[in-house]
Amino acid sequence: MTLLLSLAVNAKNSLLGQLRRQIFRPNVMLPMAGFAGVIALWWVIALFRQEMMPTPLEALVKNLDFIIHPFYRRGPGDLGLGWLLLASLRRVCIGFLLGAIVAIPVGVLIGLSHAAWLAINPIIQVFKPVSPLVWLPIALAIFNSAEPSAIFVIFITSLWSTIINTAEGVANVPKDYLEVAEVLEMPRWKQLLKVVIPASLPYIFTGLRISLGIAWLVIVAVEMLTGGIGIGFFVWDEWNRLNVSSVFLAVFVIGLTGLILDYALAKLQTVVTHRPARS
Amino acid sequence: MTISKQPVSQPNMNLGHADTFLVIENVVKAFQKPDGSQFIVLGGIDLTVGEQEYVSVIGHSGCGKSTLIRIVAGLEKPTSGLVTLEGKAIRKPGAERMMVFQGYALLPWLTVRENIRLAVDEVFKNASRAERIGIVNEHIEMVNLTAAADKYPHELSGGMKQRVGVARALATRPKLLLLDEPFGALDALTRPKLQQQVLDIWDNHRQAVMMITHDVDEAIFMSDRVVMMTNGPEATIGEVLDIPLPRPRDRHDLRESKEYYELRNHALDFLERYQ
Repeated sequence: MTLLLSLAVNAKNSLLGQLRRQIFRPNVMLPMAGFAGVIALWWVIALFRQEMMPTPLEALVKNLDFIIHPFYRRGPGDLGLGWLLLASLRRVCIGFLLGAIVAIPVGVLIGLSHAAWLAINPIIQVFKPVSPLVWLPIALAIFNSAEPSAIFVIFITSLWSTIINTAEGVANVPKDYLEVAEVLEMPRWKQLLKVVIPASLPYIFTGLRISLGIAWLVIVAVEMLTGGIGIGFFVWDEWNRLNVSSVFLAVFVIGLTGLILDYALAKLQTVVTHRPARS
Repeated sequence: MTISKQPVSQPNMNLGHADTFLVIENVVKAFQKPDGSQFIVLGGIDLTVGEQEYVSVIGHSGCGKSTLIRIVAGLEKPTSGLVTLEGKAIRKPGAERMMVFQGYALLPWLTVRENIRLAVDEVFKNASRAERIGIVNEHIEMVNLTAAADKYPHELSGGMKQRVGVARALATRPKLLLLDEPFGALDALTRPKLQQQVLDIWDNHRQAVMMITHDVDEAIFMSDRVVMMTNGPEATIGEVLDIPLPRPRDRHDLRESKEYYELRNHALDFLERYQ
C-alpha cells in the first residue's frame, strides 16, 4: 500500500516536474514574458490616465460578457462579437478571393510577357502606394451601397502584392526546370501548367499572404467608415460610447484572427506546394 | 595503349561505327560581348561518339565544355558548324538526347516517382498507363530508390537526388545520354559509389554517353575515350586519350594497374600544361 502511494506521489511529482520544465523552456517563457511586459505597460499607463483608460483587470471584467457569449443576438444592432467577426471575415474572404482570381493570372501574364509587363507594371506602381481607403468613395460612387463598396476596397487591396509576387515567381523559375521540360519536348502550354505555375507557387503564396494580411488591416478601417455590422464598426461604436475596454478586446480579437488567417494560408501552402512554408 | 603524343584536332576514328552516330563538325560558339565584340568560347570542335561508346570531355572550368554538351543537347545553338545524330542535324532539345544535370534539376513539388513519371509520360505518350508505370518502377529499382520513391527531393541526400536524375534520364530511353558534371556536386564518399552504379548500369545497357567532367580519375575510370580540351577562349580539343582498360572495371584493381597510372599521369600532364 505504501509502495503504491509512493508510486502515485512519484508519478504526480514527475508530471508536475514535466509541466514545470515545459513552462520554463525559453521558447515558452520568453513569449509569455513579452506579453506580460505589454500588459504591465498598459497597466502603468492606465494608472496615470484613470478617467479614460481601464486597467487590464477592469477591462477583463467589463468584457466578460463579450468573451463568454460571442454569439448572442439581443436585437437587430446588438450582436455578439462572433457575429461581427464573421461579418468582417466574410467581406475579407469575398474580396480577397476575387482579388486572387484576378491577380494570379495577371501576375502570370506579366511574368511571362515583357509587353504585358510594360503595359501593366506602371499601373501597379502608381496604384500600389495609394491607401486602399481612397478607393472607398470611388466604390461608393459606383455601387451606391456600403456592402459591395467594402468588398471592392478589399478586392483592390488584395491585387498588388499577389500580382507582383506571382510575376516575380514566374519570371524566376529556375532555368534547370525549364530545360528539363524542353529536353522532354514539352509544348509551351504544358510547360506553363506543369512547370512554371507549380514552381511559382511559393511566390504566389507569399503574395497571397501579404495581400490577406493587408486586407485584414484595411477591413477594420473600411468598416469604421461604412458602419454596419463588423469588427471595425464595433471599435468605432464602442469608442463613441467611451468603452475603451471593448476596444482593447477588439485589439486582441483582430490580432488573433489575423494570425489565424496567416497560419491557415501557410498550412494551405505546405499542403499545395509539398514544401515547408517559411513564416 | 594508344596515346596520341601529338595534340590532334581530329578525333580518333579507330572505332568503326563512330563516324555514323553523333558527329560534331567544326562547331564554333561565340557570344556577343556588351561592347559589341565577339567572345569566342569554342573555336572549332570536331568529335564523334559511337553508338555504344562512353566518351568524357575534360577540361578546366570555363573552357566551354558545358557549352559543348548544351549544344549537343540542343539547349544552345552553335554559331557555326553542325551537330548530327544518326545523320539528322540537331537544332532543338529532344528526348533522344536526355541530360543529367549537375544541379539535379528535380522538380521539388513532385516525389521521386512523380519526377520520373513526368518524363516518362511526356516521352511515351502512346504507351499504356500500365506500361508507363512499369518503366517508372523499373528505373526506380535500377538506382535502388524503391524505398524513397514517394519522398520529395528536399528529403533526399545529394547522391539520392542524382540517382533520381539518372533514373529519369534513363527512363526516357535516350539514344544518347548526356551527363553534365553529374557527380560534381556530390561529396567525396558518395561520388565513387554513384560512379560505380552508373557504370554498372551502362555495362548492362551499353549506349552512347557523353559526359562532362573536370575529374581525371572519374573520366578514365568510366570512359572509352577521354577528350581533353584546351583552355578558353577559343577552346579546342587538345588531345583524345583512348582508355583500353578492360571492362567491367573495378576501382580497386585499377589502383594496382600500371596502365591506369600511365593514362592518369598523361592526362594530368596535359591539364597542367594548360593551367
